[in-house]
Amino acid sequence: MKVMVAGFVAALVIAYAAPMALNQFGWSSAEEYSSETSVRLDQSSH
Amino acid sequence: MNLKLLGAALVVLATLVSNPLWAEEASAGDRTATGGAQTLEDIMARQEQLKVDESFRSENLGDPANAAPSTDQLGTNGGLSNSDVYRAIRYNEADVRTQARTPAATVLIQDGGMPWYKLREGPLITYGGLALLGIIALLAVFYLIRGRIKIDGGPAGTTIERFKAIERFGHWLLAGSFIALGITGLITLMGRSFLIPVLGPEAYATLAAGSKWLHNNIAWAFMLGLVMTFSMWVVHNIPNKLDWQWIKAGGGIFTKSHPPAKKFNAGQKIIFWTVMLLGFSVSLSGLSLLFPFEMPMFAKTFGIINSVLGTDLPAVLAPHEEMQYANIWHSIVAFVMMVAIIAHIYIGSVGMEGAFDAMGKGHVDLEWARQHHDLWVAEVEAKQGKGGSS
Repeated sequence: MKVMVAGFVAALVIAYAAPMALNQFGWSSAEEYSSETSVRLDQSSH
Repeated sequence: MNLKLLGAALVVLATLVSNPLWAEEASAGDRTATGGAQTLEDIMARQEQLKVDESFRSENLGDPANAAPSTDQLGTNGGLSNSDVYRAIRYNEADVRTQARTPAATVLIQDGGMPWYKLREGPLITYGGLALLGIIALLAVFYLIRGRIKIDGGPAGTTIERFKAIERFGHWLLAGSFIALGITGLITLMGRSFLIPVLGPEAYATLAAGSKWLHNNIAWAFMLGLVMTFSMWVVHNIPNKLDWQWIKAGGGIFTKSHPPAKKFNAGQKIIFWTVMLLGFSVSLSGLSLLFPFEMPMFAKTFGIINSVLGTDLPAVLAPHEEMQYANIWHSIVAFVMMVAIIAHIYIGSVGMEGAFDAMGKGHVDLEWARQHHDLWVAEVEAKQGKGGSS
Protein backbone atom coordinates (compact mmCIF):
# COMPACT_ATOMS: atom_id res chain seq x y z
CA MET A 1 0.00 0.00 0.00
CA LYS A 2 2.95 2.32 0.65
CA VAL A 3 3.99 2.01 -2.98
CA MET A 4 0.45 2.83 -4.10
CA VAL A 5 0.43 6.01 -2.00
CA ALA A 6 3.92 6.84 -3.27
CA GLY A 7 2.69 6.52 -6.86
CA PHE A 8 -0.26 8.84 -6.19
CA VAL A 9 1.91 11.40 -4.39
CA ALA A 10 4.49 11.26 -7.18
CA ALA A 11 1.75 12.00 -9.72
CA LEU A 12 0.76 15.11 -7.74
CA VAL A 13 4.39 16.21 -7.33
CA ILE A 14 4.93 15.87 -11.07
CA ALA A 15 1.76 17.89 -11.69
CA TYR A 16 3.00 20.63 -9.34
CA ALA A 17 6.46 20.69 -10.88
CA ALA A 18 5.37 20.45 -14.52
CA PRO A 19 4.70 24.17 -15.16
CA MET A 20 8.05 25.16 -13.67
CA ALA A 21 9.89 22.50 -15.65
CA LEU A 22 8.13 23.51 -18.87
CA ASN A 23 9.09 27.13 -18.34
CA GLN A 24 12.76 26.11 -18.27
CA PHE A 25 12.35 24.99 -21.87
CA GLY A 26 10.33 28.04 -22.85
CA TRP A 27 7.23 25.92 -23.25
CA SER A 28 4.13 27.65 -22.10
CA SER A 29 1.28 25.18 -21.82
CA ALA A 30 0.57 26.63 -18.38
CA GLU A 31 1.71 30.15 -19.28
CA GLU A 32 -0.88 32.68 -18.22
CA TYR A 33 0.77 35.89 -19.27
CA SER A 34 2.25 37.38 -22.38
CA SER A 35 5.80 36.57 -23.30
CA GLU A 36 8.05 37.56 -26.17
CA THR A 37 6.68 34.83 -28.40
CA SER A 38 3.22 34.46 -26.91
CA VAL A 39 0.88 37.41 -26.87
CA ARG A 40 -2.37 37.30 -24.99
CA LEU A 41 -4.70 39.92 -26.34
CA ASP A 42 -7.15 39.62 -23.47
CA GLN A 43 -4.68 40.92 -20.91
CA SER A 44 -3.20 44.40 -20.62
CA SER A 45 0.54 44.69 -21.15
CA HIS A 46 2.77 45.85 -18.35
CA MET B 1 -43.03 41.15 -28.28
CA ASN B 2 -39.97 39.63 -29.80
CA LEU B 3 -41.64 36.23 -29.73
CA LYS B 4 -44.58 37.64 -31.64
CA LEU B 5 -42.26 39.09 -34.26
CA LEU B 6 -40.41 35.82 -34.52
CA GLY B 7 -43.70 33.96 -34.87
CA ALA B 8 -44.84 36.33 -37.63
CA ALA B 9 -41.54 35.93 -39.44
CA LEU B 10 -41.84 32.15 -39.25
CA VAL B 11 -45.39 32.28 -40.64
CA VAL B 12 -44.18 34.42 -43.56
CA LEU B 13 -41.26 32.08 -44.19
CA ALA B 14 -43.49 29.01 -43.99
CA THR B 15 -45.91 30.62 -46.45
CA LEU B 16 -43.11 31.39 -48.85
CA VAL B 17 -41.71 27.88 -48.62
CA SER B 18 -45.08 26.20 -49.10
CA ASN B 19 -46.12 28.46 -51.97
CA PRO B 20 -45.79 26.38 -55.18
CA LEU B 21 -45.45 29.46 -57.42
CA TRP B 22 -42.55 30.76 -55.37
CA ALA B 23 -40.98 27.32 -55.26
CA GLU B 24 -41.10 27.05 -59.02
CA GLU B 25 -39.45 30.42 -59.48
CA ALA B 26 -36.53 29.60 -57.24
CA SER B 27 -35.74 26.00 -57.96
CA ALA B 28 -32.77 24.33 -56.28
CA GLY B 29 -29.48 25.69 -57.48
CA ASP B 30 -31.02 28.63 -59.34
CA ARG B 31 -29.58 31.76 -57.79
CA THR B 32 -30.10 34.16 -60.66
CA ALA B 33 -32.77 36.02 -58.67
CA THR B 34 -30.17 36.92 -56.04
CA GLY B 35 -27.37 37.60 -58.44
CA GLY B 36 -25.55 34.44 -57.36
CA ALA B 37 -25.89 35.08 -53.64
CA GLN B 38 -27.64 32.61 -51.37
CA THR B 39 -31.37 32.19 -51.61
CA LEU B 40 -34.08 31.60 -49.07
CA GLU B 41 -33.96 27.94 -50.10
CA ASP B 42 -30.35 27.78 -49.01
CA ILE B 43 -31.23 29.29 -45.64
CA MET B 44 -34.19 26.99 -45.12
CA ALA B 45 -32.17 23.97 -46.16
CA ARG B 46 -29.60 24.81 -43.49
CA GLN B 47 -32.31 25.21 -40.89
CA GLU B 48 -33.50 21.73 -41.79
CA GLN B 49 -29.97 20.47 -41.20
CA LEU B 50 -29.55 19.69 -44.90
CA LYS B 51 -26.15 19.95 -46.47
CA VAL B 52 -25.79 22.95 -48.73
CA ASP B 53 -23.06 23.09 -51.35
CA GLU B 54 -21.14 26.17 -50.27
CA SER B 55 -19.05 26.42 -53.43
CA PHE B 56 -21.31 29.13 -54.88
CA ARG B 57 -19.86 31.50 -52.31
CA SER B 58 -16.66 29.83 -51.08
CA GLU B 59 -15.36 30.07 -54.68
CA ASN B 60 -16.93 33.43 -55.40
CA LEU B 61 -14.01 35.47 -54.14
CA GLY B 62 -13.91 38.18 -56.81
CA ASP B 63 -11.69 38.67 -59.80
CA PRO B 64 -9.41 41.70 -60.00
CA ALA B 65 -9.63 41.48 -63.81
CA ASN B 66 -13.33 42.32 -63.58
CA ALA B 67 -12.85 45.10 -61.04
CA ALA B 68 -15.07 48.11 -61.38
CA PRO B 69 -13.24 51.41 -62.05
CA SER B 70 -12.37 53.33 -58.94
CA THR B 71 -14.53 56.16 -60.23
CA ASP B 72 -17.67 53.98 -60.01
CA GLN B 73 -19.93 53.77 -57.04
CA LEU B 74 -18.85 51.01 -54.60
CA GLY B 75 -15.67 50.31 -56.55
CA THR B 76 -12.93 49.41 -56.29
CA ASN B 77 -11.40 47.76 -53.25
CA GLY B 78 -8.20 46.33 -54.67
CA GLY B 79 -10.23 44.68 -57.38
CA LEU B 80 -12.47 42.95 -54.85
CA SER B 81 -15.73 43.97 -53.28
CA ASN B 82 -16.17 43.89 -49.52
CA SER B 83 -18.37 40.82 -49.94
CA ASP B 84 -15.61 39.09 -51.89
CA VAL B 85 -13.12 39.90 -49.13
CA TYR B 86 -15.52 38.75 -46.42
CA ARG B 87 -16.11 35.44 -48.18
CA ALA B 88 -12.37 34.94 -48.63
CA ILE B 89 -11.84 35.55 -44.91
CA ARG B 90 -14.67 33.27 -43.97
CA TYR B 91 -13.46 30.39 -46.10
CA ASN B 92 -9.84 30.90 -45.07
CA GLU B 93 -8.71 31.89 -48.56
CA ALA B 94 -7.71 35.47 -47.81
CA ASP B 95 -4.07 36.53 -47.58
CA VAL B 96 -4.41 37.82 -44.02
CA ARG B 97 -1.38 39.46 -42.45
CA THR B 98 -1.12 40.47 -38.83
CA GLN B 99 1.41 41.68 -36.31
CA ALA B 100 0.10 39.20 -33.74
CA ARG B 101 2.65 36.43 -33.44
CA THR B 102 0.37 33.76 -32.05
CA PRO B 103 -0.25 30.67 -34.13
CA ALA B 104 -3.35 30.74 -36.29
CA ALA B 105 -3.62 34.53 -35.84
CA THR B 106 -4.36 34.91 -39.55
CA VAL B 107 -7.52 32.82 -39.29
CA LEU B 108 -10.17 35.45 -38.58
CA ILE B 109 -13.28 33.32 -39.10
CA GLN B 110 -13.78 29.59 -39.08
CA ASP B 111 -17.23 28.07 -38.94
CA GLY B 112 -16.39 24.58 -37.73
CA GLY B 113 -17.02 25.68 -34.17
CA MET B 114 -20.75 25.01 -33.98
CA PRO B 115 -20.65 21.45 -35.41
CA TRP B 116 -17.80 20.71 -32.98
CA TYR B 117 -19.72 22.20 -30.07
CA LYS B 118 -22.90 20.29 -30.94
CA LEU B 119 -20.99 17.02 -31.29
CA ARG B 120 -19.24 17.64 -27.97
CA GLU B 121 -22.37 18.63 -26.05
CA GLY B 122 -24.61 16.06 -27.77
CA PRO B 123 -23.54 12.61 -28.95
CA LEU B 124 -20.16 12.67 -27.21
CA ILE B 125 -21.63 13.26 -23.75
CA THR B 126 -24.64 11.01 -24.41
CA TYR B 127 -22.84 7.97 -25.80
CA GLY B 128 -19.75 8.43 -23.65
CA GLY B 129 -21.86 8.69 -20.51
CA LEU B 130 -23.96 5.69 -21.54
CA ALA B 131 -20.81 3.66 -22.14
CA LEU B 132 -19.58 4.39 -18.60
CA LEU B 133 -22.95 3.65 -17.01
CA GLY B 134 -23.30 0.58 -19.26
CA ILE B 135 -20.03 -1.02 -18.18
CA ILE B 136 -20.81 -0.35 -14.51
CA ALA B 137 -24.26 -1.94 -14.92
CA LEU B 138 -22.77 -4.88 -16.83
CA LEU B 139 -20.22 -5.51 -14.09
CA ALA B 140 -22.92 -5.29 -11.43
CA VAL B 141 -24.98 -7.90 -13.27
CA PHE B 142 -21.87 -10.05 -13.75
CA TYR B 143 -21.16 -9.84 -10.03
CA LEU B 144 -24.71 -10.88 -9.20
CA ILE B 145 -24.49 -13.87 -11.57
CA ARG B 146 -20.93 -15.04 -11.01
CA GLY B 147 -20.16 -13.59 -7.60
CA ARG B 148 -16.62 -13.07 -6.44
CA ILE B 149 -14.16 -15.41 -8.11
CA LYS B 150 -12.67 -17.31 -5.21
CA ILE B 151 -9.44 -19.23 -4.81
CA ASP B 152 -10.42 -22.89 -5.36
CA GLY B 153 -9.77 -24.77 -2.14
CA GLY B 154 -8.92 -21.57 -0.28
CA PRO B 155 -5.62 -19.70 0.04
CA ALA B 156 -2.38 -21.63 0.56
CA GLY B 157 -1.17 -19.31 3.28
CA THR B 158 2.23 -18.86 1.65
CA THR B 159 2.97 -16.08 -0.83
CA ILE B 160 5.06 -15.48 -3.91
CA GLU B 161 6.41 -12.14 -5.12
CA ARG B 162 4.26 -11.01 -8.06
CA PHE B 163 5.50 -7.47 -8.74
CA LYS B 164 8.59 -5.60 -7.59
CA ALA B 165 8.21 -2.19 -5.92
CA ILE B 166 9.29 -0.32 -9.06
CA GLU B 167 6.67 -2.18 -11.12
CA ARG B 168 3.95 -1.29 -8.62
CA PHE B 169 5.15 2.31 -8.48
CA GLY B 170 4.89 2.59 -12.26
CA HIS B 171 1.42 1.01 -12.17
CA TRP B 172 0.12 3.33 -9.45
CA LEU B 173 1.70 6.39 -11.04
CA LEU B 174 -0.18 5.51 -14.22
CA ALA B 175 -3.36 4.53 -12.38
CA GLY B 176 -3.46 7.52 -10.03
CA SER B 177 -2.87 10.01 -12.82
CA PHE B 178 -5.40 8.26 -15.07
CA ILE B 179 -8.12 8.40 -12.43
CA ALA B 180 -7.39 12.09 -11.85
CA LEU B 181 -7.42 12.71 -15.60
CA GLY B 182 -10.68 10.80 -16.00
CA ILE B 183 -12.48 12.67 -13.24
CA THR B 184 -11.21 16.12 -14.23
CA GLY B 185 -11.87 15.34 -17.89
CA LEU B 186 -15.47 14.39 -17.13
CA ILE B 187 -15.90 17.55 -15.03
CA THR B 188 -14.64 19.61 -17.96
CA LEU B 189 -16.73 17.81 -20.56
CA MET B 190 -19.97 17.34 -18.66
CA GLY B 191 -19.87 20.15 -16.10
CA ARG B 192 -21.89 22.58 -18.19
CA SER B 193 -24.71 20.06 -18.53
CA PHE B 194 -24.70 18.38 -15.13
CA LEU B 195 -22.75 20.37 -12.54
CA ILE B 196 -23.72 23.99 -13.20
CA PRO B 197 -27.41 23.23 -12.52
CA VAL B 198 -26.38 21.66 -9.19
CA LEU B 199 -23.44 23.77 -8.02
CA GLY B 200 -24.23 27.04 -9.76
CA PRO B 201 -21.87 28.87 -12.11
CA GLU B 202 -19.63 30.42 -9.43
CA ALA B 203 -18.73 27.17 -7.67
CA TYR B 204 -18.43 25.34 -10.96
CA ALA B 205 -16.05 27.98 -12.33
CA THR B 206 -13.67 27.34 -9.41
CA LEU B 207 -14.00 23.57 -9.83
CA ALA B 208 -13.47 23.79 -13.58
CA ALA B 209 -10.38 25.97 -13.24
CA GLY B 210 -8.88 23.53 -10.72
CA SER B 211 -9.79 20.59 -12.93
CA LYS B 212 -8.15 22.21 -15.93
CA TRP B 213 -4.95 22.89 -13.98
CA LEU B 214 -4.77 19.34 -12.65
CA HIS B 215 -5.72 17.76 -15.99
CA ASN B 216 -3.09 19.73 -17.91
CA ASN B 217 -0.27 19.07 -15.46
CA ILE B 218 -0.87 15.56 -14.16
CA ALA B 219 -0.87 14.43 -17.79
CA TRP B 220 2.94 14.33 -17.55
CA ALA B 221 2.74 11.78 -14.74
CA PHE B 222 0.42 9.68 -16.91
CA MET B 223 2.88 9.76 -19.81
CA LEU B 224 5.78 8.85 -17.50
CA GLY B 225 3.76 5.98 -16.02
CA LEU B 226 2.91 4.81 -19.53
CA VAL B 227 6.57 4.73 -20.54
CA MET B 228 7.57 2.97 -17.29
CA THR B 229 4.96 0.22 -17.49
CA PHE B 230 5.55 -0.30 -21.21
CA SER B 231 9.29 -0.70 -20.64
CA MET B 232 8.86 -3.12 -17.75
CA TRP B 233 6.07 -5.30 -19.11
CA VAL B 234 6.12 -5.31 -22.89
CA VAL B 235 8.33 -8.41 -22.95
CA HIS B 236 5.69 -10.31 -20.94
CA ASN B 237 2.84 -9.13 -23.14
CA ILE B 238 3.87 -10.46 -26.53
CA PRO B 239 0.92 -12.54 -27.78
CA ASN B 240 1.49 -16.30 -28.11
CA LYS B 241 -0.45 -19.56 -28.63
CA LEU B 242 -1.34 -19.82 -24.95
CA ASP B 243 -3.40 -16.66 -25.27
CA TRP B 244 -5.67 -18.28 -27.84
CA GLN B 245 -6.26 -21.23 -25.50
CA TRP B 246 -7.03 -18.81 -22.69
CA ILE B 247 -9.50 -16.88 -24.85
CA LYS B 248 -11.19 -20.10 -26.07
CA ALA B 249 -11.67 -21.11 -22.45
CA GLY B 250 -13.10 -17.67 -21.69
CA GLY B 251 -10.38 -17.24 -19.10
CA GLY B 252 -12.17 -19.87 -17.02
CA ILE B 253 -14.57 -17.22 -15.79
CA PHE B 254 -17.74 -19.22 -16.39
CA THR B 255 -16.35 -22.76 -16.63
CA LYS B 256 -14.39 -22.37 -13.41
CA SER B 257 -11.46 -24.00 -15.15
CA HIS B 258 -7.98 -22.44 -15.07
CA PRO B 259 -6.40 -22.20 -18.51
CA PRO B 260 -2.60 -22.08 -18.39
CA ALA B 261 -0.90 -18.67 -18.34
CA LYS B 262 2.50 -17.14 -17.82
CA LYS B 263 3.06 -13.83 -15.99
CA PHE B 264 0.17 -12.18 -17.87
CA ASN B 265 -2.83 -14.04 -19.28
CA ALA B 266 -4.63 -13.03 -22.48
CA GLY B 267 -7.12 -10.84 -20.62
CA GLN B 268 -4.32 -8.89 -19.00
CA LYS B 269 -2.53 -8.61 -22.33
CA ILE B 270 -5.66 -7.13 -23.88
CA ILE B 271 -5.76 -4.54 -21.09
CA PHE B 272 -2.04 -3.88 -21.50
CA TRP B 273 -2.21 -3.21 -25.23
CA THR B 274 -5.45 -1.27 -24.88
CA VAL B 275 -3.80 1.00 -22.32
CA MET B 276 -0.57 1.32 -24.29
CA LEU B 277 -2.03 2.01 -27.73
CA LEU B 278 -4.92 4.18 -26.60
CA GLY B 279 -2.71 5.80 -23.95
CA PHE B 280 -0.21 6.73 -26.65
CA SER B 281 -2.98 8.10 -28.85
CA VAL B 282 -4.66 10.05 -26.04
CA SER B 283 -1.25 11.45 -25.08
CA LEU B 284 -0.61 12.66 -28.62
CA SER B 285 -3.98 14.37 -28.90
CA GLY B 286 -3.49 15.70 -25.38
CA LEU B 287 -0.14 17.23 -26.29
CA SER B 288 -1.79 18.77 -29.32
CA LEU B 289 -4.34 20.36 -26.97
CA LEU B 290 -1.67 21.38 -24.41
CA PHE B 291 0.25 23.29 -27.07
CA PRO B 292 -2.50 24.82 -29.21
CA PHE B 293 -1.79 24.96 -32.96
CA GLU B 294 1.79 23.70 -32.44
CA MET B 295 1.19 20.01 -33.12
CA PRO B 296 -1.36 19.61 -35.93
CA MET B 297 -1.68 15.95 -36.81
CA PHE B 298 -5.12 15.20 -38.20
CA ALA B 299 -4.73 16.59 -41.72
CA LYS B 300 -1.63 14.44 -42.23
CA THR B 301 -3.31 11.41 -40.64
CA PHE B 302 -6.39 11.84 -42.81
CA GLY B 303 -4.15 12.17 -45.87
CA ILE B 304 -2.45 8.85 -45.04
CA ILE B 305 -5.81 7.16 -44.39
CA ASN B 306 -7.13 8.49 -47.71
CA SER B 307 -4.13 7.15 -49.62
CA VAL B 308 -4.42 3.72 -47.97
CA LEU B 309 -8.17 3.22 -47.78
CA GLY B 310 -9.28 5.49 -50.62
CA THR B 311 -11.51 7.49 -48.27
CA ASP B 312 -12.32 11.16 -48.70
CA LEU B 313 -11.43 12.60 -45.32
CA PRO B 314 -10.45 16.29 -45.27
CA ALA B 315 -6.69 16.46 -45.81
CA VAL B 316 -6.58 20.25 -45.53
CA LEU B 317 -7.68 21.62 -42.17
CA ALA B 318 -7.66 25.08 -40.63
CA PRO B 319 -5.64 25.29 -37.38
CA HIS B 320 -8.82 25.49 -35.32
CA GLU B 321 -10.27 22.45 -37.06
CA GLU B 322 -7.15 20.53 -36.05
CA MET B 323 -7.85 21.49 -32.44
CA GLN B 324 -11.49 20.49 -32.74
CA TYR B 325 -10.58 17.07 -34.12
CA ALA B 326 -7.93 16.66 -31.39
CA ASN B 327 -10.51 17.49 -28.73
CA ILE B 328 -13.13 15.08 -30.05
CA TRP B 329 -10.62 12.27 -30.61
CA HIS B 330 -9.11 12.85 -27.15
CA SER B 331 -12.54 12.43 -25.56
CA ILE B 332 -13.53 9.34 -27.58
CA VAL B 333 -10.27 7.53 -26.81
CA ALA B 334 -10.52 8.53 -23.15
CA PHE B 335 -14.04 7.08 -22.91
CA VAL B 336 -12.90 3.76 -24.42
CA MET B 337 -10.00 3.68 -21.96
CA MET B 338 -12.26 4.46 -19.02
CA VAL B 339 -14.60 1.61 -19.97
CA ALA B 340 -11.64 -0.81 -20.16
CA ILE B 341 -10.11 0.44 -16.92
CA ILE B 342 -13.37 0.22 -14.97
CA ALA B 343 -13.52 -3.47 -15.96
CA HIS B 344 -9.84 -3.81 -15.00
CA ILE B 345 -10.44 -2.21 -11.59
CA TYR B 346 -13.39 -4.52 -10.99
CA ILE B 347 -11.52 -7.76 -11.71
CA GLY B 348 -8.49 -6.53 -9.81
CA SER B 349 -10.44 -5.73 -6.66
CA VAL B 350 -13.95 -6.90 -5.74
CA GLY B 351 -14.25 -9.28 -8.70
CA MET B 352 -11.51 -11.73 -7.73
CA GLU B 353 -10.26 -12.90 -4.36
CA GLY B 354 -6.53 -12.34 -3.93
CA ALA B 355 -6.05 -10.25 -7.09
CA PHE B 356 -5.53 -6.88 -5.41
CA ASP B 357 -2.61 -8.19 -3.37
CA ALA B 358 -0.54 -8.34 -6.57
CA MET B 359 -0.46 -4.56 -6.86
CA GLY B 360 -1.33 -3.75 -3.25
CA LYS B 361 1.39 -5.74 -1.51
CA GLY B 362 3.47 -7.11 -4.34
CA HIS B 363 3.03 -10.67 -3.04
CA VAL B 364 0.13 -12.98 -3.88
CA ASP B 365 -1.11 -16.20 -2.37
CA LEU B 366 0.72 -19.14 -3.91
CA GLU B 367 -2.49 -21.05 -4.62
CA TRP B 368 -3.99 -18.01 -6.38
CA ALA B 369 -0.83 -17.74 -8.47
CA ARG B 370 -0.90 -21.45 -9.36
CA GLN B 371 -4.54 -21.25 -10.44
CA HIS B 372 -4.23 -18.12 -12.57
CA HIS B 373 -0.57 -18.07 -13.65
CA ASP B 374 0.64 -21.65 -13.32
CA LEU B 375 3.40 -21.46 -15.92
CA TRP B 376 4.77 -18.27 -14.38
CA VAL B 377 4.86 -19.91 -10.92
CA ALA B 378 6.70 -22.88 -12.43
CA GLU B 379 9.25 -20.51 -14.00
CA VAL B 380 9.79 -18.65 -10.73
CA GLU B 381 10.12 -21.86 -8.72
CA ALA B 382 12.55 -23.28 -11.25
CA LYS B 383 14.69 -20.15 -10.88
CA GLN B 384 14.56 -20.23 -7.11
CA GLY B 385 15.23 -23.91 -6.88
CA LYS B 386 12.00 -24.82 -5.14
CA GLY B 387 9.26 -23.25 -3.00
CA GLY B 388 8.07 -19.70 -2.47
CA SER B 389 8.67 -17.13 0.16
CA SER B 390 6.22 -16.55 2.97
